Amino acid sequence: MTKSVTLSVKDGKIREAVNSFLKELFNKKTIDAMLVPLAHPAGTNVVQALVTKAVFVDKADVFAPVMPVNSARLIQSITRLTTVDRKTAVVLRPCEMRALIELAKLKQVQLDKLVLIGIDCPGAYAVNNYPKFAAEKKSDDFVKAGFQWAEDTMLRTGCQICEYPYPLTADITIGMLGLDPSKQILIQANSAQGEEILSKAGMSLEIDSDLAQKRQTAITKFAGEIKERRKEFFEKTKREIGGIEKLSKVFAQCIKCQNCRQACPVCYCRECFFISPTFELDADRYLRQAEKKGALRMPSDTLLFHLTRMNHMGNSCVGCGACEEACPNDIPLLKIFQLAGSEVQELFSYVPGRSLEESLPATAFKEKEFEQIGEK
Amino acid sequence: MAETKEQFEPKIIGFLCNWCTGAASDLAGTTRAQYPPNVHPIRVMCSGTVDPVYMIKALLSGADSVMMGGCHPGDCHYVSGNYKARRRVAMLKQIFKSLGLDDNRVWARWISASEGPEFAKFMNQITEETRKQGPSSMANDWAI
Repeated sequence: MTKSVTLSVKDGKIREAVNSFLKELFNKKTIDAMLVPLAHPAGTNVVQALVTKAVFVDKADVFAPVMPVNSARLIQSITRLTTVDRKTAVVLRPCEMRALIELAKLKQVQLDKLVLIGIDCPGAYAVNNYPKFAAEKKSDDFVKAGFQWAEDTMLRTGCQICEYPYPLTADITIGMLGLDPSKQILIQANSAQGEEILSKAGMSLEIDSDLAQKRQTAITKFAGEIKERRKEFFEKTKREIGGIEKLSKVFAQCIKCQNCRQACPVCYCRECFFISPTFELDADRYLRQAEKKGALRMPSDTLLFHLTRMNHMGNSCVGCGACEEACPNDIPLLKIFQLAGSEVQELFSYVPGRSLEESLPATAFKEKEFEQIGEK
Repeated sequence: MAETKEQFEPKIIGFLCNWCTGAASDLAGTTRAQYPPNVHPIRVMCSGTVDPVYMIKALLSGADSVMMGGCHPGDCHYVSGNYKARRRVAMLKQIFKSLGLDDNRVWARWISASEGPEFAKFMNQITEETRKQGPSSMANDWAI
């Protein structure tokens, strides 16, 4: 059963319609603050901002095709020391939402008093490419062009193969999959909190509306198609990077700056193992390591770093592509991480960010599983 | 000078738990069971303490195979360490498979403290199988 309201869009002004909805939440005092993407005055970026005055919501541009950082990281910063004491809405893309749920399971964020507002996400361009887009077009044009993951080659790789462009755990969803957003947008309540907020904002919720069903049908159709597309993509990736020679070639350009780790929303350790004293070797240790093969690549342990990250975080990889964006040398990290990540996730039938109740695979076990491991 | 397969002596790193496989290695020794010396043991308190990073590090720094030895499922001294270790090995093997790396170089074996002969048998098996596989390409690439 779905509970939703239909937001009618006047004159095809999608951004305005969404913003007036968000502003209404403020005006009706259903929330006290909001983390929402605002257009940067420079016009070349759209950045997340923590807003406490409703007037700033006019600058919001939630569908602008750019995601400079994965916002789950920002919520981690905000709630690291204490929970928020006021009702704070966070407007997130689906991959940000999924990363947030992973961080909650890892006890890195506190979700108390947060209202999760998720959007159906038509994807994003790299931060570097966004100014080109913004010079000619507006987010409304992008949304009106529809969901075109496969066709728009400027989209980030992660967006092109995104498995969940719709939120899985939102209190409130701003939906448009399968709809004509230049006419109507669906506001759906997915939790008791979501319902309460929408009712308090004076919206009367409709049960199983035609629009909600239309969106659901589109999601089901998409889910079938994307599986095939991802399978193809991973087969291709395996041909490109499979094996130690090709992998070594891909990571030849790695300078081990660890930007990928810094940008990764789910790589959560306060002090990474790779900057810990384990890797502060004295000169003699370096020389002894070099002696093993006659030469030691410096900085050392580049491939070890990436393989370890896959082992530590592969299960929680939401495929947002922040790693690839952060790489100064354009190493196709998203491809590699999603390939390895999605295949380990499959091993445990785990979908990162699907539910708070599902335990992280590395923290749980079953007595009867993987029984071929360790036996003859 | 490249080693031929006959001359090739595999280097294997073994992470052995203190309570079972490590104790089994002691038993194998005290009962004078004969087995090849290719496995370099590293004793750990529990297989559940072995982060995959150490297994990968071994493989990238020159080991031809790596093994994890623990208690039989259900018999962990710390109740569930080996179950968690089993998941980590499953993940590591899957990631290797996904990336086209040789996951047959990652081994796990549950050998209890009383199974000295089994330990010796397994040392023979892992050494021979690794010898058959030949030197690991991961182990010999300096530029990774």
